[in-house]
Amino acid sequence: MLEELLFQIELGLPQIVLGLVNGAFYALLSLGLAVIFGMLNVINFAHGAQFMMGAFVAWMLLNWVGIGYWPALVLSPLIVGAFGVLIEKTMISRLYKLDHLYGLLLTFGLALIIEGIFRNQFGSSGLPYAPPEALGGPPVDLGFMFLPKYRLWVVVAALGMSLATWLVIEKTRLGAYLRAATENAALVQAFGVNVPRMVTLTYAAGVGLAAFAGVLAAPIYSVNPQMGSSLIIVVFAVVVIGGMGSILGSVVTGFGLGLVEGLTKVFYPEASSTVIFVIMAIVLLARPAGLFGRA
Amino acid sequence: MAGGHASTAPAMLAPEAPGLLGLSGLGFNRAQSIAFLVMLAALLVGPFLLYPVFLMKLLCFALFACAFNLLIGYVGLLSFGHAMFFGMGGYVAAHAAKVWGLTPELAILAGGVVGAGLGVVAGWIAIRRQGIYFAMITLALAQMVYFFCLQAPFTGGEDGIQRVPRGALLGVVDLSRDMSLYWVVAAVFLAGFLLINRIVHSPFGQVLTAIRENEPRATSLGYRTDDYKLVAFTLSATLAGIAGGTKALLFGIATLTDVYWAMSGEVVLMTLVGGLGTVFGPVVGAAVIVTMQNYLAEFGAWVTVIQGVIFVACVLAFRAGVVGELGRVLKVRL
Repeated sequence: MLEELLFQIELGLPQIVLGLVNGAFYALLSLGLAVIFGMLNVINFAHGAQFMMGAFVAWMLLNWVGIGYWPALVLSPLIVGAFGVLIEKTMISRLYKLDHLYGLLLTFGLALIIEGIFRNQFGSSGLPYAPPEALGGPPVDLGFMFLPKYRLWVVVAALGMSLATWLVIEKTRLGAYLRAATENAALVQAFGVNVPRMVTLTYAAGVGLAAFAGVLAAPIYSVNPQMGSSLIIVVFAVVVIGGMGSILGSVVTGFGLGLVEGLTKVFYPEASSTVIFVIMAIVLLARPAGLFGRA
Repeated sequence: MAGGHASTAPAMLAPEAPGLLGLSGLGFNRAQSIAFLVMLAALLVGPFLLYPVFLMKLLCFALFACAFNLLIGYVGLLSFGHAMFFGMGGYVAAHAAKVWGLTPELAILAGGVVGAGLGVVAGWIAIRRQGIYFAMITLALAQMVYFFCLQAPFTGGEDGIQRVPRGALLGVVDLSRDMSLYWVVAAVFLAGFLLINRIVHSPFGQVLTAIRENEPRATSLGYRTDDYKLVAFTLSATLAGIAGGTKALLFGIATLTDVYWAMSGEVVLMTLVGGLGTVFGPVVGAAVIVTMQNYLAEFGAWVTVIQGVIFVACVLAFRAGVVGELGRVLKVRL
């Protein structure tokens, strides 16, 4: 019985690793959503579309300009972040005085526009994007399984980026301003801090996180216009489960749910696409504020 | 979310004029009575001027949007997962008509029953959170239903349920002719429309409005707001299921498109374009969007882009919607 279980786990290890990789994307995307929501009180429905843009910009940089993966990892978030600045300045900033739901509706519309344009331009079938040379090549032999280097890198990069975000928000002066403005924007503004600019940059940073995840995803999934829209709905569930209160919460929930999804693929594959939603329902019934949320 | 608008609107309006032709019994004011008569006339004349199938499709979506508006307009709940009721209603009605051989009215009813059942469960889970979280939860639940439909054997996966017979009403009136089906669809729509209007103007509806305006206050007055929200959610889901079932019989097909998240977005768009929280807004919005889709079908993927642009434009500059703006110009409530 035990042996059988171990055997099944060994067979399923690649799935579990893939689960961790998915978890890395859940973590990065829910982190971005949480950063934006904390400051703007807007749920950024365009987050999935911006994730997709990140992947496409990396693809364009490579195929049109000849810029490779490593520079794209920095450039693509900057480019998509700049696009975020434009969107915040021209549209989202007009909605802060209204019900938060209008922000959701606006960004939903933006997601439709972005996705539609990319589908017209590039079609629905995916475009290939090779992993960088340093991370290509034969998978690492761990003794009990082979691990493609690139997947390992995705997990490490996502953890590193989450840690960096946490450090910026919790340990720097800028982060202190940010946290203060989240609590009481008017008061912080009275102290002479340019809060509107901070809001804009926060949105750009959140969008940049999504684009960063998009570049990471480009070599794993094929680059296609729909890659973000189904992912973002899962990430919404992740956010509901974890609550948007804490960075650590987003990261732990993201990775944890990726892992659970991977395990489900091994033991009960039919449920793998729904397991996160089921967990969401259970968490809502037991602890409506979410695992890390404050009621 | 229509709260801000609705709470300021009555102050600008002239005192309510008395009803017309006894239509005030339905809860209509004078302007609404006139609008209702216009709509009734359009329903009667429409099929002789326009392609009946197009009109029927429009009516299905109008009922769907009215059901959605019951939540967003009168309880202030933004459901981003209404496709699950619409789509499942369609699947079940199609299955009932094709496999069980039920008559069309029973098949549509089955769609409504499934919408209600699903609504109770989804509502029970979702009303634990408010605002943005409520929207995200309903969206996630709907995606779960989508995956269920993708895998469940009875839905036919990617193919959907095809060649669903329209059958004969009560086993007597053959509905394979478009004109005969039209009167059934029109009756279903009208019944749903009037029911929603009755709900909104009932004491129950007044409590819903109170919850929308100020939920803690409604709670402090002794109302179990969660119960009220759940009942409203279930009613809305039931009507969405009926709308979906009717649409499945109309086209003889039930597919994944109707349970997909894009459909949830579409009904939000229709209601937004027409005017959140207005009586006739969802109908007008459905007419606008369905017509647009009809004429723009040849542009393929650009339809999505155009819908996105309309979304953005409505949110930024046109939040009251067509009917809301019209009401403001005419200084009446529609």
